[in-house]
Amino acid sequence: MLEDYFRQYGLLFLFAVIAVTVPVGMLALSYAASFVRIRPTRQTPVKRTAYEGGMPPFSPKPSRFNFRYYYYALLFVVFDVETVFLYPWAVRYGLLSKQFGIFALAAVMLFLAVVTLAYAYAWRKKALEWT
Amino acid sequence: MDTFLENSLFRNIYCNLASASENCAARGYGDALLPDGLQWLAFTLTGVAIIGLVVNAILMGVLGFIWFERRVFARFQNRVGPNRWGPFGLLTPVADAIKTMFKEDVAPEDSDRFLYNLAPVLMVVPLLVVFAVIPFGIGTFVADLNVGILFILAVTTMSGLAIVMAAWASGNRLSIFSGLRAVALLISYEIPMALSILGVLMISGSLALGRIVESQNVPFILVQPMGFLVFFLASLAEMNRTPFDLTEAESELAAGYLNDYSSMKFGLFFLAEFMAALAGAAVITTLFLSGWRGWEPVPSQVWFFLKMGGVLFVIIWIRFTWPRLRIDQMLAFAWKGLFELTLVNLTLAAILIAVWPQPTTTQLWMMAAINWPVFFASIWIIGKVMGVRPHQIDRTAMGALYPVATDEPAPASEASEQ
Repeated sequence: MLEDYFRQYGLLFLFAVIAVTVPVGMLALSYAASFVRIRPTRQTPVKRTAYEGGMPPFSPKPSRFNFRYYYYALLFVVFDVETVFLYPWAVRYGLLSKQFGIFALAAVMLFLAVVTLAYAYAWRKKALEWT
Repeated sequence: MDTFLENSLFRNIYCNLASASENCAARGYGDALLPDGLQWLAFTLTGVAIIGLVVNAILMGVLGFIWFERRVFARFQNRVGPNRWGPFGLLTPVADAIKTMFKEDVAPEDSDRFLYNLAPVLMVVPLLVVFAVIPFGIGTFVADLNVGILFILAVTTMSGLAIVMAAWASGNRLSIFSGLRAVALLISYEIPMALSILGVLMISGSLALGRIVESQNVPFILVQPMGFLVFFLASLAEMNRTPFDLTEAESELAAGYLNDYSSMKFGLFFLAEFMAALAGAAVITTLFLSGWRGWEPVPSQVWFFLKMGGVLFVIIWIRFTWPRLRIDQMLAFAWKGLFELTLVNLTLAAILIAVWPQPTTTQLWMMAAINWPVFFASIWIIGKVMGVRPHQIDRTAMGALYPVATDEPAPASEASEQ
């Protein structure tokens, strides 16, 4: 049984190896074509600038961006943890409610109520608004 | 019993290669090619053969899908579409692939070389690996993981990482804006996407995709309409398709994170974009459209691909029907619309399962009958809550700077002055 379990992951590992080989092979083939002069390599300084609408870029990487993105990152962490808690429960829920009846439902409803409260708070505090 | 021997193609190759396998002998296979003690080699060779087949099929499928999308697009616009290379232009994507491969590779001067080259590979790999756990038909799968759907959710998040990596490594202003948008959108839509599957998991009681398909005596699109809608829209956003393709909004960001990519690296991103649509359609088919199940004379694999084709057509249809949304609209839609809908769905599903644990087919139909009215009602309520506020153009203030074209004739006073 355990051997069978690991065999599935062995197949998955093989799949991952082949999945890495395919794009790397494509890149390698494309790279190899430049040696037999099918793919041109005529680079100029103008070609090698970043494309920003045709104007020469006037500074290196921009370091400032809208702080709004942080709000969504924080919210994501909160609600993604909720997902982590709910997944194992959802898989066993059918069996649990057979065994414990309404208790299995009540426990999770309590959890969802707390989450919904947090969600309502975030909405009220305008963390979900972009502007 | 070994799970991997349930795969008929795998069994045929493996049992002819490996000897002294009790499971093979029990299934009536005779002499083997390899000597005793080399079962691991037989396993690896069979695995590579099957996986090579699947990966090739996916790549061909992507080429076919590109052709299909361009032809359908053309029909929507009353054009003919690509028709020069091969019958009905079937070879056009092949010509595109060859052309892309032999283009000059130009990288910007101040790009981060390692990440710049790694990003296209990292973009393609997860989308390929998704197909490893999808059951394509009866006994047609690569690996039947018992955590299949978790694996898919975990792996597809990686492509968001690849977008950010590409955007940052290019050292391009427009690319970085695109990358930031990608992060915001991907993490926002990740949550409704993950939560919408919970209803399916409760009914089927398993994370394995094979079990989920087997438990769909009624397709889950009927039992879980809210889950389906949320999952479909969220996966559209995750695969960066219109109307959610803010990461490469041409009119604002040129091509977004693709700006400074050329040659085959661009080709890989292009490949990944279409492969994402294929993977999304495959997952939706498996979870909600009862996967490979269908009526008898037609093989199960054909059913799977027919359903997948239907989902792909709807995806293309949506792409060419709706315009692109703004970022505030998109984030509001994820957090205020879809998240609420998943909470309603989750609560309703939990109550229904408490009433009917491990439901039979009749009980599934009853669940569907309860779910649909709630579905329409909650969409109506959420529509009211989110509100539709049409954008008002202030003609008096703006008109002075940017004249807005109207049907009304120009004021007489201005005309007389000139």
